[in-house]
Amino acid sequence: MRALHRKMLRDLWQLRGQALAIALVIASGVATYVMFLVTLDSLQLTRDTFYRDYRFPQVFSSLTRAPESLRARIAALPGVDKVDTRVVAPVTIDVAGFNEPVTGVITSVPDHGEPWLNKLYLRTGRGVDGARDDEVVVSEAFASAHGFVLGDSLHVTIKGHRKRLVIVGTAVSPEYINQLRPGGVFPDFKRYGVMWMARTPLAAAYDMDGAFNNVVLGLRNGGDALTVIDHLDQLLLPYGGVGAYPREDQISHRFLHEEFRQLENMSGMFPAIFLAVAAFLLNVVVTRLVATQREQVAALKAFGYGNGAITLHYVGLVMLIVLLGAALGVALGVWMGEQLSGIYSHFFRLPYLIFQVHPAVVAQAVFISAVSALLGIVFAVRRAARLKPAEAMRPEAPALYRQSWLERLGLRRWLSQPARMILRHLSRRPLKSLLSVLGIAFAAAIMMTGRFQGDTVGFMLHVQYQLSQRDDLSVNFVEPTSYRALYNLRALHGVEAVEVFRSVPVRLRAGHRSYRTGIQGLESGGEIKRVLDTALRPVNLPAEGLVLSGYLGELLRVKPGDMLTVEVLEGARPVRLVPVVAMVEQFIGVSAYMDLAALNRLMREAPTISGAYMLVDEPFRVEVYQRLKAMPRIMGTVVREQEIKNFHKTMNETMLFFTWVATLFAGVIAFGVVYNSARITLTERARELASLRVLGLTRGEISYILLGELALLTLAAIPLGLWLGRGLCAYIARTAQTDLYRVPLILEPATYAFAAVVVLLSALVSGLLVRRRLDELDLIAVLKTKE
Amino acid sequence: MQTSNDTASGYVSPRARATVFHAEGVNKVYAMGEVEVHALRGVDLDLYQGEFVVLLGPSGSGKSTLLNILGGLDVPSSGTVRYGEQDLSVYDDGALTRYRRDHVGFVFQFYNLIPSLTARENVALVTEIAIDPMTPEEALSLVGLGDRLDHFPAQLSGGEQQRVAIARAIAKRPKVLLCDEPTGALDVRTGIVVLEAIDKVNRELGTTTVVITHNADIAEIADRVIRLSDGTIAAVECNAHKKSPKELVW
Repeated sequence: MRALHRKMLRDLWQLRGQALAIALVIASGVATYVMFLVTLDSLQLTRDTFYRDYRFPQVFSSLTRAPESLRARIAALPGVDKVDTRVVAPVTIDVAGFNEPVTGVITSVPDHGEPWLNKLYLRTGRGVDGARDDEVVVSEAFASAHGFVLGDSLHVTIKGHRKRLVIVGTAVSPEYINQLRPGGVFPDFKRYGVMWMARTPLAAAYDMDGAFNNVVLGLRNGGDALTVIDHLDQLLLPYGGVGAYPREDQISHRFLHEEFRQLENMSGMFPAIFLAVAAFLLNVVVTRLVATQREQVAALKAFGYGNGAITLHYVGLVMLIVLLGAALGVALGVWMGEQLSGIYSHFFRLPYLIFQVHPAVVAQAVFISAVSALLGIVFAVRRAARLKPAEAMRPEAPALYRQSWLERLGLRRWLSQPARMILRHLSRRPLKSLLSVLGIAFAAAIMMTGRFQGDTVGFMLHVQYQLSQRDDLSVNFVEPTSYRALYNLRALHGVEAVEVFRSVPVRLRAGHRSYRTGIQGLESGGEIKRVLDTALRPVNLPAEGLVLSGYLGELLRVKPGDMLTVEVLEGARPVRLVPVVAMVEQFIGVSAYMDLAALNRLMREAPTISGAYMLVDEPFRVEVYQRLKAMPRIMGTVVREQEIKNFHKTMNETMLFFTWVATLFAGVIAFGVVYNSARITLTERARELASLRVLGLTRGEISYILLGELALLTLAAIPLGLWLGRGLCAYIARTAQTDLYRVPLILEPATYAFAAVVVLLSALVSGLLVRRRLDELDLIAVLKTKE
Repeated sequence: MQTSNDTASGYVSPRARATVFHAEGVNKVYAMGEVEVHALRGVDLDLYQGEFVVLLGPSGSGKSTLLNILGGLDVPSSGTVRYGEQDLSVYDDGALTRYRRDHVGFVFQFYNLIPSLTARENVALVTEIAIDPMTPEEALSLVGLGDRLDHFPAQLSGGEQQRVAIARAIAKRPKVLLCDEPTGALDVRTGIVVLEAIDKVNRELGTTTVVITHNADIAEIADRVIRLSDGTIAAVECNAHKKSPKELVW
């Protein structure tokens, strides 16, 4: 080994504490990068493989009813490769021993053999036998939520007919990776069941013999989904087609897609922060190293080492730190990626997980960290390389201090000498102090992002289910019906209040923009289901006109006063022009609202309702539900409170992981910045502090000078960090915004407090580590040595 | 281990003043890596109230070690050092800090001023924690720097910096002033100015003053000169006629 290499290794050993702290920050950056990308790659590969092997369709459409003979005409459309016609039936499910309402959907599969598209991934058991009419395959999630085993039976109500079904298998399907009830955002595997039956018995039960009400298409290579959709829509129009949609708009796919997009955003944001902080720390450490090694550099140059050799020497030292950090980061990132992929694949109920670590991801992570490190040290190393030997032999000119601006403002008389030392030292290199503050601030900010999701989802749930949708049970009628149904509901024992609604599937058009949603007609002055303004106050629906959720208004670029074309997608499919009269706040989904009577007028129908929201006395809920099940025209009911609790449980698992990761990394950043700051201050000022000890200052008093500086940096960083954290969370919220849900910027006080505490504790630990070194100051050496 | 040097033991101060320090059989052994260095070998010494002592000797003679022990920066390996009634050799770190804080003034070869504090503030650093200090302004006037109060160290010459250091050392009215090569980093003319300041403090405040030097000429301004060699006291001389710093040439 050459002597200069030896020096490099020994310098590194000398710097080991700081080098390790920096390596950990780099490791955090690399780990987050690797974690997010490995998770993303693995999930995408798993999804794509599953889609390919189990033939996820490219075009989807529902209709009222079409004869099976139409199938051949659909298959003949240009660009279409495979067609599966199906019967899809919404059902009410009666699970023995489970007293809450369960709804679900049964999709038909061919009587014999597998479907062309949306093949089932059988977990247990077998597929249904078309020769029998009582067999069902249930989704694995639904089965495990209820602990079903093969051979268990359950009762379903299909279009008013009660039917007993025997479970012969459990499965996962590419179209129900994310299993949401229509209009829901949070999966509830206990109360929403996805199931499959053979075509013939399902069609018989659902009154669809020789007909279908759902069709999915696989396209030829190069087949254009939008052209196919146009043709398909024309074909299905006479049969009550409500508009086909491409894979991108399929609900399970969209949720996956949005989640992946989030992961991708995060994979850019967090590593950028960590690596910027690491670059700053390297800059500080190398600048200091070069300053203390001036004379060594001079000697090396005097011996004939060139600028290149000196540059390589310091770059090599830094690269060793980067390599250590990157190695740690890759290992940690892969491990965390495995954890996170596991959490996601469980959350989305993927049938399996193909975990893969792409070598390119690892190479990128190492490359990015090396480049950012080099950017951090470029000036310091150039200074070393450019030192003239003769000049470098002379010590650096003494540091020039001035009164700090706080003192010049007149605060001087209240400041003790040590306090003045702290302030002047910090203000001598304001940029460095500022960057230190910024670095520590990012620790707090990262901490906040870890808890943001929990806070904001809690708030969304609160708004959705406590302010807006306050029913205990909701009821949907099999088809729009008259007000008479309302009186039947009111008559049930234990029912405190009932509000009815009308919901109409529509396509809203404004110019070339359009959006498919539903118009909800609500009773004026309703207390159970309420529409909220941006301040979350209940809004009274105007007697005429449409009220849109703010995001829908943005999508359609309309504001109150504008006219919208409403294309109704049921019944006689009237098309009407309706004015927009107000915008309201809605975090989940995008809806349009109207006064119930106004909607009935728009539909040119007698007072008609689609369902009802009910408040039911707690002790009577089970009984009310049993009675509702017996009413054939009632299709589904939902218990909101349970849905919330269930969702919270699912979320907590993911949240806990993110909080844990964020805490770990925020701690690393805060520790890294404070520890390095402290160590550098200590080397810069060891002589000064030792002199003070000789003059009779106690350890406590000199600790105050050293640690006071760090405390000041940390205290300045916390409010900045909380502000930055809010900004980061706002950015996350903004990028997460889709028509599926909007994430409001909600941060609980506990999140601010937690972030501040984590930063304070990390700062304290690093402060105490450095404080120990003050006890080892050599008091005698300072008398003899010149700086 | 060598026995104590007879020249020093039994010495009686010509002025017969109160004893400030009484050292007896002081040994100091350092472990320098795997080698043991005997810095002091059985030193016996008394220092008296108000006297000006110069410790003279080549490097490695043990003079700095002795000064460090007197100043409470170090403790002897064996033997006792009494400051008045107190035995410094058994003090722990906290007690030594207290002792330095209340009784000792230090002047260093390289001044060791705090660069971020002005002259006045460097002095105030010590007066703020002292029991009965003079004001920083008084202390700085005493060393002839009454007009440089608000200058930072980087704005002062070497001699001025050392005088600030002296002011900082004496502002708490210490019983003893310990100076380690105070003129070592200075030219002759500036060195004399600094010695004048030390001499003035010694005369006007009656502070027992110990100055380390390897410059024999400086010894001429002392009441007593103690020569160290190889960890022992080689000779103690009294100056019947001590010179004033102005009269020095080196």
